[in-house]
Amino acid sequence: MNLMEKLEFKFPAQAGKTSPITALCGVVGSGNLEILVRTGSDADVCEVSIKTSARGFGEIWQAVLTDFAEHNPAGGTRIFINDMGATPAVVSLRLGQALTEYLGVAQ
Amino acid sequence: MNPPSSSRNWDSLRQGHARRLARAASLDLPRQLPAEQIVSLLEAVIEPGDRVCLEGNNQKQADFLAESLASCNPAVLHDLHMLMSVLALPSHVDLFERGLARKLDFSFSGPQGSRLARLVQDRQIEIGAIHTYLELFGRYFMDLTPNVCLIAAQAADAAGNLYTGPNTEDTPAIVEATAFKGGIVIAQVNELRESLPRVDVPAGWVDFVVVAPHPNYIEPLFTRDPAQITEVQVLMAMMAIKGIYAEYGVKRLNHGIGFDTAAIELLLPTYAADLGLKGKICTHWALNPHPTLIPAIEAGFIESVHCFGSEVGMDAYTAARSDVFFTGADGSMRSNRAFSQTAGLYACDMFIGSTLQMDLAGNSSTATLGRIAGFGGAPNMGSDPHGRRHVSPAWLKAGREASGSGAIRGRKLVVQMVETFREHMAPVFVDRLDAWALQESMGAELPPIMIYGDDVSHIVTEEGIANLLLCRSPEEREQAIRGVSGFTKVGMARDKRAVENLRDRGIIRRPADLGIDPRLATRDLLAARSIKDLVRCSGGLYAPPGRFRNW
Repeated sequence: MNLMEKLEFKFPAQAGKTSPITALCGVVGSGNLEILVRTGSDADVCEVSIKTSARGFGEIWQAVLTDFAEHNPAGGTRIFINDMGATPAVVSLRLGQALTEYLGVAQ
Repeated sequence: MNPPSSSRNWDSLRQGHARRLARAASLDLPRQLPAEQIVSLLEAVIEPGDRVCLEGNNQKQADFLAESLASCNPAVLHDLHMLMSVLALPSHVDLFERGLARKLDFSFSGPQGSRLARLVQDRQIEIGAIHTYLELFGRYFMDLTPNVCLIAAQAADAAGNLYTGPNTEDTPAIVEATAFKGGIVIAQVNELRESLPRVDVPAGWVDFVVVAPHPNYIEPLFTRDPAQITEVQVLMAMMAIKGIYAEYGVKRLNHGIGFDTAAIELLLPTYAADLGLKGKICTHWALNPHPTLIPAIEAGFIESVHCFGSEVGMDAYTAARSDVFFTGADGSMRSNRAFSQTAGLYACDMFIGSTLQMDLAGNSSTATLGRIAGFGGAPNMGSDPHGRRHVSPAWLKAGREASGSGAIRGRKLVVQMVETFREHMAPVFVDRLDAWALQESMGAELPPIMIYGDDVSHIVTEEGIANLLLCRSPEEREQAIRGVSGFTKVGMARDKRAVENLRDRGIIRRPADLGIDPRLATRDLLAARSIKDLVRCSGGLYAPPGRFRNW
């Protein structure tokens, strides 16, 4: 039995630099989440795959990620999220940290 | 001709007091009696229908007397009207379930909230009213004067003087109201001593003393483990310090219970000190001795703290910091809930605390369906006292923001600090408080609102700070609240243009507007990151209870 919900999103986003690294932020623990950022296939798109233990919050994920893609140079990234019921505040904070780490070592 | 009043008996209370003592004497019950005789004493001196004040709050509990009263015979003692700061122990609810007590006036019922709600629905209990602490104490001197009070002290001497030690709390208010209006005062003590370190209650005010078989229970309610403070809480603490404490120069304040404000306490010696705020903010407090206050005290950030009660494990520390805490000649701390609540009401410029729900008028509540929780002290601290007259810079600035430069009064800062979602994705910001549904199910005349929206000056969330003082219409307030409500339903239903307009006017401020980068909000900023850090910082004086020790 798989209790995890899987969600997929694609957002237009301002193209950022491409980075050679894969950035990893956060931990998989109750109320927390793990975010992995690596280079995506389309420079103007931020593509996100989510596995979450908290089912039924697709609309809120959509809103949080839309806001993130609007306000950050997240184009050209492929993002994977393993969530254990993090609140939107934690998600936004981690997304910011993960993208910074990813872009921080860009050429 | 006789004077008109000659037929009236003018000292019935005193005669009643003598009658009760005589019944105890007829049973050979001494003033200092053994624990086995306590039920006989209670059945002898309490009368059916009496108002009985049972001491117990969110800290100290007269638990032995509570258990003893609950095991009295309901055929002898019934229809009691209980007066209690906090309904916390199973024995408190037993009083009603066993038919000893019928009516309750109280201020908080946290741990027993669900059982209480059931009793109300089953009509096994009649609730007089839910109060704040200070309000309930006030009524002890008006229309709810106890016939009998059951209190807890640390020690008694042979004469019956009481030493209440660091956890004096509600005792003086309860004893004063009872002893001076013909009531009977019964104290449980942890020990008898030949001489007391100091006398907190004089023997002349006390009728009976019993040594309890176990020390009275004290809940370590104000201990927060820094290890559990999250980065979001660090971020909100940074915003509060920079956007409110510093801007208003808040020197005198009270903090609520919780990790949000614990984070602020732990950022004072680090983040706030780096901003040059030492001596400019947070110098004087009405606050329990929170362990998370230790680093700020050790850093010389804090000049004075008056306490409602003590906190488990903090007695040696407070005794060793008598410049900061109120201590007796014996060296131990003296707390007093009534006086500290008074300080919180009239002498503090700010209250900051958390809540479970807030509506679009800014009303907040910790009531949830199926639980009657009550208020404690928050509504008192978290309200703007219209009786205040003395001026401070923070109070004046807030008043002028609310009413313009011609304001004839200041305003207290009442700040609500919440993450927009609680655990399990429960939204804090809602269209309608659960308090309204609770009102219906309780048959109460008003919903149990903790802090009224018109008293709230600021809301701090991870999304920003809303300054409600600057709002000029209910519509603006609503958008200001929506504008910091994040991705909750009410937050997403904001009028984006109105919110941007509020941001332009400084009514809403985002972390970036305050010069704060959320990515820098890390736990590294905390002056202590574990309970062990707090112990170390106290020079070993803080002795945390076992459940907080994980090393």
